[in-house]
Amino acid sequence: MLSALRTLWAVFWHAFARRITVPYPEQKRPLPPRFRGRIVLTRDPDGEERCVACYLCAAACPVDCIALQATEDAHGRRYPAFFRVNFGRCIFCGFCEEACPTYAIQLTPDCELADYRRQSLVYEKEHLLISGPGKYHGYSFYRVAGVAVGGKDKGEGDNELPPVNVRGLMP
Amino acid sequence: MTRLGAMLAKVNAAALLPELLIVLGVLIGALTLAGGLTFVERRLLALWQDRRGPNRVGPFGLLQVVADTIKLFTKEDWVPPFADKPVFVVAPAIIIVSTLMSFAVIPLAPGIVVADLNVGLLFFLGMSSLAVYSITLGGWSANSKYALLGALRAAGQMVSYEVFMGLSLMGVVAMAGSFNLGAIVQAQRHVWFCIPQCVGLVVFLIAGLAETRRIPFDLPEAEGELVAGFHTEYSGMKFGMFFLGEYVGVALISALTVVLFFGGWSGPILPPIAWFLGKTAVLIGLFILVRAALPRLRYDQLMRLGWKVLLPLSLANVAVTGAVILALGR
Amino acid sequence: MPTIYVDGKPYEVAEEGKNLLDACLSLGFDIPYFCWHPAMHSAGACRQCAVKLFRDEADTRGQIVMACMTPVTEGVRISIADPEAVAFRASVIEWLMVNHPHDCPVCDEGGECHLQDMTVMTGHVRRRHRFRKRTHRNQHLGPLLHHEMNRCIQCFRCVRFYQEVTGGRDLDVFGWHDGIYFGRHEDGVLESPFAGNLAEVCPTGVFTDKTFKRHYTRPWDLQTAPAVCVHCGLGCNTIPGERYGLLRRIRNRFNAHVNGFFLCDRGRFGYEFVNSDRRLREPLLRGEDGELHPAGLAETMERLRAILQAGEAIGIGSPRASMETNFALREFVGAESFHDGTSRLDHDLMETIRTVLLKGPGRSASVQDVAEADAVLVLGEDVQNTAPLLALSLRKAVVQQAIGIAQRLNIHLYHDSAVREAIQQDTGPLFIATPDETPLDDIATLTYRRAPDDIARLGLAVANFIDPAAPRPDGLDGETEGLAGRIADELWNAERPLVVCGYGCGSRSVIEAATNVVCALERLGKDASLACTVPECNSMGLALMGARDPGSAIEAVRSGRARALVIAENDLFRRMRASDAEALLSGAEHVVVLDHLANRTAERAEVVLPAATFAECTGTFVNSEGRGQRSIQTFVPEGSVQASWRWLGRMIALRDGLAERPWGALDDLLAALARAVPVCARIRDLVPPSSYRLHGQRVPRQSPRYSGRAAVHAHEDVREVAPPLDPDSPMSFTMEGYGGQPPSALIARFWAPGWNSPQAVTKFERGVAGPLQGGDPGRRLIEPEDRNRLCYAGHIPPFEPRPDEWLAVPAYHVFGSEELSAATPAVATLTPAAYLGLSPHDAERMQVEEGQELGLDVEHEVHPLPMRLRPQLPPGVVTVPLGLPGLEGLELPTWVKLVVPGLSERALRT
Repeated sequence: MLSALRTLWAVFWHAFARRITVPYPEQKRPLPPRFRGRIVLTRDPDGEERCVACYLCAAACPVDCIALQATEDAHGRRYPAFFRVNFGRCIFCGFCEEACPTYAIQLTPDCELADYRRQSLVYEKEHLLISGPGKYHGYSFYRVAGVAVGGKDKGEGDNELPPVNVRGLMP
Repeated sequence: MTRLGAMLAKVNAAALLPELLIVLGVLIGALTLAGGLTFVERRLLALWQDRRGPNRVGPFGLLQVVADTIKLFTKEDWVPPFADKPVFVVAPAIIIVSTLMSFAVIPLAPGIVVADLNVGLLFFLGMSSLAVYSITLGGWSANSKYALLGALRAAGQMVSYEVFMGLSLMGVVAMAGSFNLGAIVQAQRHVWFCIPQCVGLVVFLIAGLAETRRIPFDLPEAEGELVAGFHTEYSGMKFGMFFLGEYVGVALISALTVVLFFGGWSGPILPPIAWFLGKTAVLIGLFILVRAALPRLRYDQLMRLGWKVLLPLSLANVAVTGAVILALGR
Repeated sequence: MPTIYVDGKPYEVAEEGKNLLDACLSLGFDIPYFCWHPAMHSAGACRQCAVKLFRDEADTRGQIVMACMTPVTEGVRISIADPEAVAFRASVIEWLMVNHPHDCPVCDEGGECHLQDMTVMTGHVRRRHRFRKRTHRNQHLGPLLHHEMNRCIQCFRCVRFYQEVTGGRDLDVFGWHDGIYFGRHEDGVLESPFAGNLAEVCPTGVFTDKTFKRHYTRPWDLQTAPAVCVHCGLGCNTIPGERYGLLRRIRNRFNAHVNGFFLCDRGRFGYEFVNSDRRLREPLLRGEDGELHPAGLAETMERLRAILQAGEAIGIGSPRASMETNFALREFVGAESFHDGTSRLDHDLMETIRTVLLKGPGRSASVQDVAEADAVLVLGEDVQNTAPLLALSLRKAVVQQAIGIAQRLNIHLYHDSAVREAIQQDTGPLFIATPDETPLDDIATLTYRRAPDDIARLGLAVANFIDPAAPRPDGLDGETEGLAGRIADELWNAERPLVVCGYGCGSRSVIEAATNVVCALERLGKDASLACTVPECNSMGLALMGARDPGSAIEAVRSGRARALVIAENDLFRRMRASDAEALLSGAEHVVVLDHLANRTAERAEVVLPAATFAECTGTFVNSEGRGQRSIQTFVPEGSVQASWRWLGRMIALRDGLAERPWGALDDLLAALARAVPVCARIRDLVPPSSYRLHGQRVPRQSPRYSGRAAVHAHEDVREVAPPLDPDSPMSFTMEGYGGQPPSALIARFWAPGWNSPQAVTKFERGVAGPLQGGDPGRRLIEPEDRNRLCYAGHIPPFEPRPDEWLAVPAYHVFGSEELSAATPAVATLTPAAYLGLSPHDAERMQVEEGQELGLDVEHEVHPLPMRLRPQLPPGVVTVPLGLPGLEGLELPTWVKLVVPGLSERALRT
């Protein structure tokens, strides 16, 4: 009983405390860069698409709101033919970003996605792809991967030896 | 209309007019107050929780009430196909009617009372007992497991707390010597009953919270476990009636507390009606503060508090009050 | 039953003579391995399956041994969980991963990679090696397989599979120390038609499916179902995978009695016709202008009603359509008017095969039985091209006798390289008698190159040598007589002799002669079996159901008795002479065609109905062994595509004015089929009925990890639609359902916790490489009625070359000879150009050179073809690759004339 009264007293005095909330949208709170908002697809430092269409984001997604299809260019570089996020279903959990092996898919501090039409919450690749590297600068998956793509032949990646000459006789 | 006009012509129109004004004033006043409370409560809760509350619609968000009313009226009035339709429709009306009827016996100021019954207090107790039907029938007729559980809880809770709500007031009645609420106010000329009847006051306030199903006694609703308890299946204005009924109930209990324990309209300088309304407002604030601060009880805690603490306490209060009155020998 | 102790606990092992790895996997333990493969046994190359072996109970130190190289002996004590063994296995993985590239996100193997599984199993997570990674250049290995050599972990499985299982010679290991390289000596298409299995055999992503790569989807995103291959008569079990309405790939579905662990490339890569641009997706109606136009359902039904009420109809079934479709058509037109839609010759051959297998003497051999035979006579079959997977079984069969050598040397049979070392070239008796050389000649004891009639005479002679009561062909030459004697001896001395024959050289006499051999063996108490190849996936089923020959169909149309012709899944121009097809199509007033692809027959139709392919409907096929197998629908097709039997049911309702189709779901149709065709009664029980539930649930077609269902259709409409229901099988088109192991006929994927690769199959088998738990799916529908019944064929005259004519015999090709697979791009690029095979003797006489164009004159229709020299072809015989573009619908063998274009259309005289 006493503690209830003490609680009432303490809560009453909160009437004179500073307000925690802000009158949004006139006044906005600064969001940290790792805030989990709208999903984007980023590019590597060379300006190429980072996404290699490995499907891991789709597999990690607990609400199954990511669908994509892999395809390859003439030089063996894999990329998504389409990449679709249904933000009507997205719960912004960030699992896709965590699953992404190439830093391609990232969540941004933009959280103002409300719309009157559910259909316009379906984002395709052209809506998702941005022109920069997002939060992670300098990383390029194909520089550390073993496959040859346009602009990087076998053995030209980071930490790679030149291709073995099978016909060579040197020990 | 003509028959009504003829009836009005027969009675003394001049004598009836003030009566009619009082009836309408109390009716409209109570409903407006309840409507306004929905807004005031949200702002006050925000105030005590370091938030801002609804401030978007109109100046200071005052038109929020209007917006909510429009919303409630225009929402689909859905009766679930599995519900018992007549009962489902009638249930929300019962709570509104029974609480508004109780207002009839409350003296707002000298002479301003709708029905100056000599058993006013008993009338109030009777009416508040009727309210439990609304909850129980509403929950039962919805034919939904959450609503049924909410209704069962409400029945148990309200029947239990009804008992010592009545008992807690017996001290007041004994001291005033009347069930007439006007007489009770009159009896507090020298000292408000909140001082001699402090135990009764505490018990009555707690029972009042439980009767209106407010936090910390909102087990019949318990949105954390029962979705929305007895009114889970209600929508539109039927839900609105339950909603309004709750706030009318808050206002009623507050007003009654003022009448019974805080001297009603009595007070210096200001006109009596202002004193009455001011005191009531402070008590309503207290109700809201309780909601802002206290967590919900568990059902077994609720029952133990009622039967093992409050009931003996109120019995003791009656006994002691009676003994003191006897000892003093009038 | 020996008892072994694993980590101190005793376990019973079913068989002796196995290795510890095999035994432990059968007991349900997880031991990582790479070079061991259930079909190829142990190599001891990867050092991954290390366990601790203890001398006795008192021994606490123990020694590390390779489980795959250590035999199961009574009371052997091992430890899998021993910390030293665990550390050893972890370090092996770590060494392998030193050079493994950082590729998984772009690697097609990812998600079903044995290396990934084993790495997780051993717990290796971080590369400590600070030095640079070795790299390799890739090779172009043709349109079917992608090569990514960086990923190699040197387990040698690919080379062992390619050389020892398929007999291929153009994949090998090159280089030395840590630069060894698995590939060809130069870029080029892998020659073996079984190369596609490398994608499953390779434990990592060195060899991956290139057709899958073009429309890649992770394995967990594929909607899969247990299906049956429709590209030859063997009925291999497959797992097609679908995503977004496209069929993405085919994987092997283990069935110990049929295909075991492997598929041929036609079966694996022939699936893309399902996605073809030529697919019929909407009904077509012939309009006033004489052209076919897409039409709505109501309009089509109206036209069909008019046609069906106009008069009598006859039905042309198809050997590539399911039992259900053929039966529905038979019900529609009546058994008297149901024809099988093949040539007179094929009809005759299938009648012969059916009679032989139903009446006796020998039991029809399954693909697995063939592998266990210890003496084989092949009469007239180019097995690798007519029933490809049977060739792998024959390659196993030839070492059956030689295995005795290893056994006498006390070598454990799982010890693969030691067994091969012991056997050397001493392979068991396999005699191949065909008109032309075959890819199996390298393992043949002796080959015999003659015309079909001479091959039949050889068979008769063999039978006569075994049982003198059998008729003896007169006028045998010395070579034939000597060979026949030797073959008779070998078959007589074998325990499980086998004769292989079939449709390959198009000769009834050859099949009868093969029957004679089996008959002779059986009569003298040998347990001989007969393997007959059949042309198409349901040829046997159609023969069992009984259909009338095409001649009577032409007669019915010509006489005007039949006014409408209903053709189910059959391109007549591929299966009968153009003149016959023409007679049927132009003779009938109305032609209704149900098919998957737009073809020449469909072009002639008045109404074309889009029929579902094997992946889009549930159906039953009877393979060459007589085994009924259910193929369950993988996905729901787009457009108005429906199973042919559903269309036909609708047509029956339309004609007879019924409110509903006669069969709502497959089970109703099967019940009717079982009543009408008693020999097929057992096909009702191949798969649990559609009402079957496991713990109240259906069996899901999608993996629990299936992704994207809230986004797949979101671009069309953000509202999600309910998944379709399957009325025909107890499987669901969702990921919800029973998560454990379903009955073997409903296995949609081989997956076990920790085992995402095809190697998970060991978790579904009773013992490694044993039958699936609960028995392999499919059931034999036929057993020989009377094994001792004499059915000796009579006299066959020897083949006589004619002066101005050649006997054209059919040649078959894995790629191109089959109708549906030929419509897939990958197979089309591997299809050889049409040619005419000529013996050097005849070429010299005609003075034509290799590559020169010759005219093949079949009944006055001249096909210009480049000549190809066939060194082993007997004189007077030419080979014609039947079914290749331009050469469909020929009835071979037949006598043809050859025209040299320069020589004024004059038929050449030799």
